[in-house]
Formats: sequence, structure tokens, C-alpha cells
Amino acid sequence: MTTLLDVRKLSVAYGKVEAIHDISIRVDEGSIVTVIGPNGAGKTTLLSAIIGMLPSRGDIVYCGARVGRLSVEQRVGAGLVLVPERRELFGSMKVAENLELGAFARLRHGDRDALRTLDSVYTRFPRLRERHAQEAGTLSGGERQMLALGRALMGKPRLLMLDEPSLGLAPLIVREIFAIVTALKASGVAILLVEQNARAALQVADYGYVLETGECVIEGRSSELAANPRVAATYLGQAAAGNATGI
Amino acid sequence: MDLTIAALLTQDGITNGAIYALLALALVLVFTVTRIIWIPSGEFVAWGTLTLAGMQLGRVPGIVGLLVGMAVVAGAMEAWRCLRAGEARRLPQALALWCGVPLLVAALLWWLAPMNLPLPVQVVLTLVAVTTLGPLLYRVAYQPLAEASVLVLLIVSVALHFAMLGFGLWFFGAEGSRTPAFSTASFAVGAVSVSVQSLFVVGTSVALIGALALFFGRTLYGKALRATAVNRAGARLCGISPEFAGALTFSLGALLCAFCGVLIGPITTVYYDSGFLISLKGFVGAIIGGLSSYPLAAAGALLVGIIESFSSFWASAFKEVIVFTLIIPVLLWRSLTTHHHEDEE
Repeated sequence: MTTLLDVRKLSVAYGKVEAIHDISIRVDEGSIVTVIGPNGAGKTTLLSAIIGMLPSRGDIVYCGARVGRLSVEQRVGAGLVLVPERRELFGSMKVAENLELGAFARLRHGDRDALRTLDSVYTRFPRLRERHAQEAGTLSGGERQMLALGRALMGKPRLLMLDEPSLGLAPLIVREIFAIVTALKASGVAILLVEQNARAALQVADYGYVLETGECVIEGRSSELAANPRVAATYLGQAAAGNATGI
Repeated sequence: MDLTIAALLTQDGITNGAIYALLALALVLVFTVTRIIWIPSGEFVAWGTLTLAGMQLGRVPGIVGLLVGMAVVAGAMEAWRCLRAGEARRLPQALALWCGVPLLVAALLWWLAPMNLPLPVQVVLTLVAVTTLGPLLYRVAYQPLAEASVLVLLIVSVALHFAMLGFGLWFFGAEGSRTPAFSTASFAVGAVSVSVQSLFVVGTSVALIGALALFFGRTLYGKALRATAVNRAGARLCGISPEFAGALTFSLGALLCAFCGVLIGPITTVYYDSGFLISLKGFVGAIIGGLSSYPLAAAGALLVGIIESFSSFWASAFKEVIVFTLIIPVLLWRSLTTHHHEDEE
């Protein structure tokens, strides 16, 4: 399998304080890779650096080319798309407009496929079709996450980065979101998933990294990570380590 | 005061108010998308009038010099940016856009201005020339500071206002100009005579507001600007760059100011420094709209026009004082009724 994203020795500093230090991660085409870790470990910082919202040291190689000097918009145009933790929806605009803007770069260059993408997004999220004329700010938490995902999909991502997609959502919706993530992988989109809900993340992911205080402490196939006693104790809860079945 | 005078004053007020409304909309647009309080907007208005007046006299208007100067500076900045980012292959395209287009407009103006073309053609040329300056100003003065705080951007705006006054004096000269009315006809409605000129001004303003509403409601680029205004980070993640949004916003803003300049030309004599006072009236309107609501801003500007016209009848010496005093109750009312949101989603 070919490597889609190769991050080498990435460091990000806020002033003098280094938030992440020498982090190297790899995402293969068509795979789900997860980064788990506690609050403040630098997970969001890592994604912000990869998308270009934060300046960083080290190499970010995407599709075989260094993208470290490209702007956020150029990276998005190349199919590197982020769904941020705060969703960052256009609250006073309609659901349909939010989705349309997700395809801004494509529509601008006259990509006629965008309409077909809209249809597939509506098929994936029937709730969004029902609410297409409603303002995004009036949606429920789960619907907002779906809209954020849908908007990202409108950009036709090759690598979709999800920052805490389950944050603040009811368990039933979390299950739905993770089912969608798995379905996305089946459609050929690679996914870099950042989660605090480690159990759910390790269940859908192929490979995982554990981040603690800005450094990558453990990495491995997700089945290995789930079996790792330290990961099990810290992130899965000891008792659950043996039977990590339900999300 | 009898009814006829009141009707005349109202007509005057609405005519001026329609012009201020365009300015108010431009100010709200620029602020919501870029967070810039666009104080030098008045200079664009004055340059619009002076450019048209220059062409009326068969002279090459001073704006040609401004266009050439700004094009050179913007081109140099783009070249520096491209080379420093190691993107030399993008340089020709960037130069064509930031240097080529304005130089082309300047050349066109230089060639066509002395020909005494019909008024509508001159108006179009004026609009094109002033509009071209909008994104140039953004590129040269604001884009390098796009991430700065509202306060820093405001200070830059004040500095630019004074710089542009100086350049205005240099390129356009100190004498005032007035452009001929588009029509001197008038007709009577009952006892009141309505001038076609007023109708023309109000009609143009209404048509422009309608066009803006369509642009923001229906087109991709209009929605992209709204998205940037609502959520900057979200817009970036959709691939809408702040530079693009800024340049487009300033083009629209400059176009609206150019229309103001063309429409106000026959009403009052405009000097290189007349723009500031005109733009302040647009500001009062924009502030009535909380620098965020287009309909309220337009309505506020209309109110400013009417109050100005009536106060010039009752107390013409205090005309401006009365208009600007209006801002105090408005600010009081707004600060009492609106709740401040630290971070909105």
C-alpha cells in the first residue's frame, strides 16, 4: 500500500513552549489511522500543523510532495481536509449553503462533479437533506457533526482528518459517526482520526499512535495497541481491556 | 415650514440618504469580512467624482497616476512574496493580475479620457478605475496585516486616510469639481416637484442594493464572502483564502464608493478632501446597523440623509453637529440592547 501522508519529525511551538516534539506518523492510502491520548497531549496541535493553520518544523509529505510551504487553502484544494474539533460551521447560513461551500475550490474551477458529490452526501446523511433549508446554527450536536463531515466530503478529500468527532455526542450518535467513518474508508478515503474515545477509535482503526505530552510514546497496529497493557490500563480502563466489544 | 418645503427636504434627504446607504453597505461589508474599519472609503468617493469631472473637462484624470503607482508597489510585493516562497513559476500570473490589469486600466483611461466620450462611457470608465484601486489598496496596505487585531487595522486605516488625502491633493489638485446632472428635468406630483435626477440616484441605489442581495444570496463568491464573515477559520478549511476574500471585498467596496462618487458629483462640489465627511455619514448609518446588519445600515443611512436635510433648513450652521450627535443615542441604545458574544460559532 502506498503512503499518502508521511509526517517526519514534526515539532510545533507556541512561543518558547513546545506543544509537540519530533512526531512522525504515516497514513497509508485507504487506511484509518488514529491518534489517541489525553487532553492536552497535542493531538489538535498536530492536525492544525498538518493542515497548515500552525507553523511547524519538520517535514509534511502528502502524495509524495512536501506541502509544508503551501497555504491551508492549497492543501485543502489538494484533498487534504480537516474536520476541526469546533466544527467551525457557518451558523447563520443554510445547511445546503454550508455544503456548497465545502466544494468551494472545486466549484470555482468549474468541477461539475460537485453536484454528484452533494447527492452522495445527502444519501449518506439523509438528515441533512431533510434540513437543507435550515440554518446550520439551529441543528443539534449530532447533526452539526454530520454537517461538518458532509461539508468536508464535498471537498472530495483523499485524506480526511477528524478531530474528536465523538466529542459531546450521545452514545447512539457516536456509534453512527464511527459507522460512517468505517464506510468512508470502504469508499477509498484515508482517515486520520484523533480521539479521546480510545476504545471506539481503536476498533475502527488499522494503526494507532499514542500521544502523551507532545510526544509519541507508543505506536502499532490497533489490535496490538488494544492488547498493550499500558494502553489498556490508561485509555481503555483495565476491566474493559479483555472485552472491548461495544462502543 | 409648509408641506411643500417639507416634501422638498424629504426628497433631498432621501436622495442623499440613498448615497450614504451605499457607503454604509460598503463599510459593513468590509468590516464583516475583513474586520477593517474602512476609514479611507471617503477618498474613493472623492476620487470617483474627481475622475469623472476630469474626464468631463477632457483631461487625463489624476487617478491614472495612482493606478500606476499602486500597480508598481503591488507588483513588487507579489514578486517578493513569490520568490521568497520559492514559487517563481507563479510569478507571471501574479504580476499579470496585480500589475498588468491596473496598468491596462490606466492606459485605457489615459487613451480614452481626452476623447470627450459620452457621459455613460465616462461613468463606466470611472467605475472601473476606482474599483481597480480597491483590491490594490488591500494588497498593499492590509493583506500583510490580515491577522492583526481590529485596533491595529483601525490605526492603519487612519494612517491610510491621511496618506491618501496627500496623494489625492498631489494627483487631483486642490480645486473642487462638480459633475453635470444626469438629467435636469423634473415633474410635478401634486404641489411637489420631483427631479428626475433624484429619482435616478435613488433608483441606482436601490438597483445596486438589489444586485448585492442577489450576489450574496445566489452566487458562490457571494456565499464565500458571507462564510468568511461568519467563520473565518471554517472558510479557510473550505479553501476560501482570506486574501481572496479580502481582495474581492475591497473590489466590491470600491465599486460602491465609486458609485457614490458618481452619484454625489452633481449634488455637491467635491474637493480632494471632501470624501471624509461623506464617509462619516455612511459610518453613522453603518453603526446604526451595528456594523453587521445590511438592512439596518441602509435604513440608518437614509435616516441620516433625512435628518441632515431637515437640520440644514432649521439650523444650517449645526447641520453636521446634529447628524453626528445622532450617534450618541444610537451607541447608548445599542450598548444597552445588544449582548456581547465573546466567541460565536
